[in-house]
Amino acid sequence: MHNPQLNKDGELTHLLSIEGLPQRILTQILDTAASFMEVSARDVKKVPLLRGKSVFNLFFENSTRTRTTFEIAAKRLSADVINLDINKSSASKGETLLDTIDNLCAMHANLFVVRHASSGAPYLIAEHLRNIGRDDVHVVNAGDGRHAHPTQGLLDMYTIRHYKKNFSQLRVAIVGDILHSRVARSDIHALTTLGVPEVRAIGPETLLPKHLDKLGVHVFHDMNEGLKDVDVVIMLRLQNERMTGALLPSAGEYFRHYGLTPQKLALAKPDAIVMHPGPMNRGVEIHSAVADGGQAVILPQVTFGIAVRMAVMSIVAGN
Amino acid sequence: MNIEIRNGRVIDPKNSVDRSSSLYVAEGRVAGLGEVPEGFVVDQTIDAAGCIVCPGLIDLGARLNSIEAELAAAVAGGVTSLVVPPDADPPLDEPELADRLVHRGAEIGKARVLPLGALTLGLNGERLSELAGLKKAGCVAFSQANRAVVDTEALLRAMEYATTFGFAIWLQPQDHWLSRNGIAHEGEVSSRLGLAGIPVAAETIAIATIVQLVRDTGCRVHLTRISSAAGIALIQRAHHDGLPITCDIGVHHLLLTENDIGYFDPHARFSPPLRAQNDRLALSDAAATGVAAICSDHTPVGADDKLLPFGEAKAGATGLEVLLPLTLKWAEAEHVDLPTALARITSAPAEVLGLAGGHLAPGAAADICVFDPQAHWQLTPESLQSRGKNSPWLGYMMTGKVKATLVGGRLVYSA
Repeated sequence: MHNPQLNKDGELTHLLSIEGLPQRILTQILDTAASFMEVSARDVKKVPLLRGKSVFNLFFENSTRTRTTFEIAAKRLSADVINLDINKSSASKGETLLDTIDNLCAMHANLFVVRHASSGAPYLIAEHLRNIGRDDVHVVNAGDGRHAHPTQGLLDMYTIRHYKKNFSQLRVAIVGDILHSRVARSDIHALTTLGVPEVRAIGPETLLPKHLDKLGVHVFHDMNEGLKDVDVVIMLRLQNERMTGALLPSAGEYFRHYGLTPQKLALAKPDAIVMHPGPMNRGVEIHSAVADGGQAVILPQVTFGIAVRMAVMSIVAGN
Repeated sequence: MNIEIRNGRVIDPKNSVDRSSSLYVAEGRVAGLGEVPEGFVVDQTIDAAGCIVCPGLIDLGARLNSIEAELAAAVAGGVTSLVVPPDADPPLDEPELADRLVHRGAEIGKARVLPLGALTLGLNGERLSELAGLKKAGCVAFSQANRAVVDTEALLRAMEYATTFGFAIWLQPQDHWLSRNGIAHEGEVSSRLGLAGIPVAAETIAIATIVQLVRDTGCRVHLTRISSAAGIALIQRAHHDGLPITCDIGVHHLLLTENDIGYFDPHARFSPPLRAQNDRLALSDAAATGVAAICSDHTPVGADDKLLPFGEAKAGATGLEVLLPLTLKWAEAEHVDLPTALARITSAPAEVLGLAGGHLAPGAAADICVFDPQAHWQLTPESLQSRGKNSPWLGYMMTGKVKATLVGGRLVYSA
């Protein structure tokens, strides 16, 4: 099957999902991000790679953090950035997703950063661009439904590589609501592609997708077993609405079994790092003593995120 | 008008006929096979050299969003009778609506229109429609289309009431609670793509409930669009117990699986969803062995309703003009002989409906399909008469092309 993310030369033209990308492209993005880390430390935090290009942040679903980091990343690449909060504009007037895209293409957009509540929406956009012959316009998925959040996955990999140097000896645990998490899916594909030998998923059966083992993941229901001797713990956000249905009885019971406390973290390797895509629910999935503790790398993740998004945008726009 | 269809291979599965000979049609009925009937003067000849002459297809599920175009599509696909589910807008829950549909169909004069009346008012699953009135207006049975009856007591009472009059009820078995949020089969693909899943249990729970109520009421039930291996197993057990239950499978489910969603292809969204490979194999086996009939589940969807993210796109595919070629494709892939495959789209649906048709014995209504089993054609939007251009097969080559279709002895389509 044609891989919609790659151009005919096998180079990245859209970033839609980590799945299906070769290791060499992931490594290229991480290496490029490393070179941009230095830019962010300068007084003048700009490089001219996207000068004259227009980046449209198309957020069909609310987000402050991700949109802001994409905006900063695009500006550091000298792009013109246009933020469109679609909830408040065309979609509410009945315009279809692809009509919106056509209109923005007519405004000479070069790159779309798309967040959408429906899994697969960025694929639809990428395919449409191909059908209308706009190979010069690129799409970066900033989170689609439960499917993928590839730049978060990549910044997580950047963080792991930064602290652990290489992937080939690691045990990584992903804890919490994997069923509804696009971050978890992107992390799983990135970890397995980069050669992490043991990826674990920890959570109650109600929050784990079926057939996770087919993705190369070891499933644990007991956090005490799952955290044993891991090098990296990735905590996932638990949305409040998960507590209202039949998935979980209460936030308290969830925290008792799957909240990351200092006691549970002690089961991991002594130098294990703790990650979280944010925003955190303190006292629901993570204890403040861990979130603010010495093993947490949650704020560095945010900083790395800017460099990773600069790398992704400069690579797709350059191909 | 006396018609001779000559030089074709006549396959009439119900009567175990498979031979090269002429078929004679007089006064809207089959007049004879092979020998020229006495006193028969040919008014018109249809040359069927290299073609198969079989009973007209009977499609157990075709939605008619625009009746003229879809009835033209039907006969272009060799379909001479089609069952229309009641989920039109408005739902077919009043005798006048059914009456109007039947008359409009007769006026157009192509395929025969067999409407299903809405089992409940507005298909809301609560209050019964006027079943006897709908029947009188031409409804062949009663159905909820693909909506569940949430209230089990309402379902029980509906079956009791239908049994009173000897009416059949058609149900697509799908538990409301387990399917209401889902958009794809709960399995490997839905997990990977982050699509909300519909578990197989949504189907099996509904079948188990219906089977138990059939046991208690004796109501005749036809289960539509079975999608899972476990569902087929429950139906086989019901058959074994002698319960009056029949079923059908949408032709796409015989050929496609969850993997065909690929990168979120909205054309692979169906209700019920495409399931796993083992399910597809069980469905194929059920169709091959006669546990189930095959239908098109024709669902024309406008382009705008498919140019959406997978979960927002409407479910369904165009079917009337691909029912025959896809059935042939299935038969070839699964080594099912041609008479058996044709039985599933002719005599088997006739039995489900309790119709006298679906075969070519002398005296039967001359509903006939003549097709070239070797002709190749590419499925493109332009190749379809249906307004529904939505198909996971767009761009693919189809094998099998209808050359002529007769309904009641009238030539209603010829290519």
